[in-house]
Amino acid sequence: MNEKTVKKEKSWFGRLVENFGLPRLIITLFLVLLLILAPIVGADLPTQITNIIARFSWNGVLVLAMVPMVHSGCGLNFGLPLGIISGLLGATLSIEFGFTGALSFVMAILIATPFALVFGSGYGWLLNKIKGGEMMIATYVGFSSVSLMCMMWLILPYKSPNMVWGMAGKGLRTTISLEGYYDKVLANFLKIKIGNFEIPTGTILFFALLALAMWAFLHTKTGTAMTAVGSNPTFARAAGINVDRIRLLSVVMSTWLAAVGILVYEQGFGFVQLYMAPFYMALPAVSAILIGGASVNKASIVNVVVGTILFQGIVTMTPTVMNNMIHMDMSEIIRIIASNGMILYALTRKTEGSK
Amino acid sequence: MKKKKFDFRAALRRSSVPLMFIIICAICIPLSGLSANMLANEIVTRMGRNAFLILSLLIPIMAGMGLNFGMTLGAMAGQIGLILASDWQIVGVPGMVLAMILSIPISVLLGLFCGKILNMAKGREMITSYIMSFFINGVYQLVVLYMMGSVIPIKHTSIKLPRGYGIRNTVSLLNMRQKLDNLIPFSVKLPFFGEIRIPLMTFIIIALMCLVIVWFRRTKLGQDMRAVGQDMEVARDAGINVERTRIVAIVISTVLAGFGMIIYLQNMGNIATYSSHSQIGMFCIAALLVGGASVDKASIGNVFLGVILFHLMFIVAPRAGAAITGDSMIGEYFRVFVSYAVITVALVMYETNKRRAKSAEGKKLAEAQKGEG
Repeated sequence: MNEKTVKKEKSWFGRLVENFGLPRLIITLFLVLLLILAPIVGADLPTQITNIIARFSWNGVLVLAMVPMVHSGCGLNFGLPLGIISGLLGATLSIEFGFTGALSFVMAILIATPFALVFGSGYGWLLNKIKGGEMMIATYVGFSSVSLMCMMWLILPYKSPNMVWGMAGKGLRTTISLEGYYDKVLANFLKIKIGNFEIPTGTILFFALLALAMWAFLHTKTGTAMTAVGSNPTFARAAGINVDRIRLLSVVMSTWLAAVGILVYEQGFGFVQLYMAPFYMALPAVSAILIGGASVNKASIVNVVVGTILFQGIVTMTPTVMNNMIHMDMSEIIRIIASNGMILYALTRKTEGSK
Repeated sequence: MKKKKFDFRAALRRSSVPLMFIIICAICIPLSGLSANMLANEIVTRMGRNAFLILSLLIPIMAGMGLNFGMTLGAMAGQIGLILASDWQIVGVPGMVLAMILSIPISVLLGLFCGKILNMAKGREMITSYIMSFFINGVYQLVVLYMMGSVIPIKHTSIKLPRGYGIRNTVSLLNMRQKLDNLIPFSVKLPFFGEIRIPLMTFIIIALMCLVIVWFRRTKLGQDMRAVGQDMEVARDAGINVERTRIVAIVISTVLAGFGMIIYLQNMGNIATYSSHSQIGMFCIAALLVGGASVDKASIGNVFLGVILFHLMFIVAPRAGAAITGDSMIGEYFRVFVSYAVITVALVMYETNKRRAKSAEGKKLAEAQKGEG
């Protein structure tokens, strides 16, 4: 992108738009505007920033899960719900087996891992069969798996009284409280608290650890191969890379990260949400990484961090600011238009070649 | 490699989804314990309700743009038309006609926008039109929830939210309810099924629409669309304005979806303002695919077979699920799962077939284009 701007001598604004993308610029300016408006309309700024940081820490890993598949050229992982389901299986089984406290979180990740590997491999195998049409099929793989699991949550023989419906004694509840299990287990680790201002250090460290691991992985031999597969599969094949294997690996990684991501989300949120809850969880993650500057075939860790902050910033700030300002909660609509508009924008870019 | 076996397997694969559905229905019908009379009545009603909507999907498929998830746009336009018509207290069939007329400009505008965007995203029309439906849903909510009553005058308190602007969650269409279906009262008595009420006028309109689609395929524009659908580059060389043709296909589809939604809602008798449209695209597409259509090929026959099989499953699944497991929710989730699974399977089949077809010449091309990716 840098060479492009050097060649075309444009005004600084034009260059900014070209580098950054107009929708992205609008969203950033909108967030800045919200932050300026917040104290004026009487919202407590430290609380707001605490909220943004908290929500960033919940969602960071889910957004990070997008990176491997974008790198290997599989596009945006609209099939994120599949990974989320592995995570949910880990969470519910960990509780079912009677683990409590921080151990239940570790066990949830451990139990979720084999599910994520199996589901991810199947999903990756499928995506290798249908190169070029990944995104649409990923969406529907996610949907089918969520609706299949809706039946499973009812049928599977869960017994733990904290999870099943009280009356019937079977079938999992739609929301399961994590109190006594891993509620805020990461967030409370080394938590910093100054007045109204809080930082969930543990969660952010956990995210940073995974992000660092991802960054390091992308610089290993396999990671470089992944980027090569994504940017030019023909060339990668000529260079002796097993394209299908690398793609499969990226899908498995993405699925596993989604599984861990939902567990991190739950520990921050305090509840496990089952049934239709994972249904639309891919869209916020997809738009977050796009807002952060990623495109359909290019994404970095910086995109993840920036995108999650911007997206969650808007999600948390709009309701309060709007409510205080005009007593009208339009935040939901703004969120829908901004996030889907961003995805549309990314899909219509011509920069990436079709396979 | 196995060229001889190909045709047979392809044929089997093509009809595998309808066959699977026939089996599911055959198992579920006795379990559900519903009478033949009731089933037949339900199917006839649902055919009248849904067939027009599904017909609106055919034209973009012809133009090679895949399943038009953006038909939701038309559905929203139709709903806006109906909300306005019912606010102006125009009742019965004239109200429906007015709603259709009102929906046309909105549908055309949305269709133009959608077509333009899809032209910028060639090769991934489906995912784009799918996201588009979410995006426009946001705009729709903005209009209906905030602008109606404040910017767009809405008189009647029965459809307005108590706060003074915005439309209620449900808008009653009692004055329009099944007015079209019952315009010509008609019912037949069959030996096994008993008396079946037939919404004759709706069926006549659907039949006319089918004729229009058959005729349209033979027009210059229809031929152009098929050419574009087959190969965009060849069509362009033949002097067809590819971009324009594709936009026209989407506009027609959106307008028809708007009409279809109005027919659908007059049968239902009320509008769920914020949710009626959101599922409609998915169900229509699933029904069409169940009827044996694929992403690049769909006929009118697929539409009707699809409506019958899909809705038969839809009616019997919850009952059958309750009979087997003692929990009616399982059946509910089962039919949702099947709808999604059918779309997934159809999409996978389409992509694998496309790759297989390409692979022979693709190998040659890949050699020539090496380095271009």
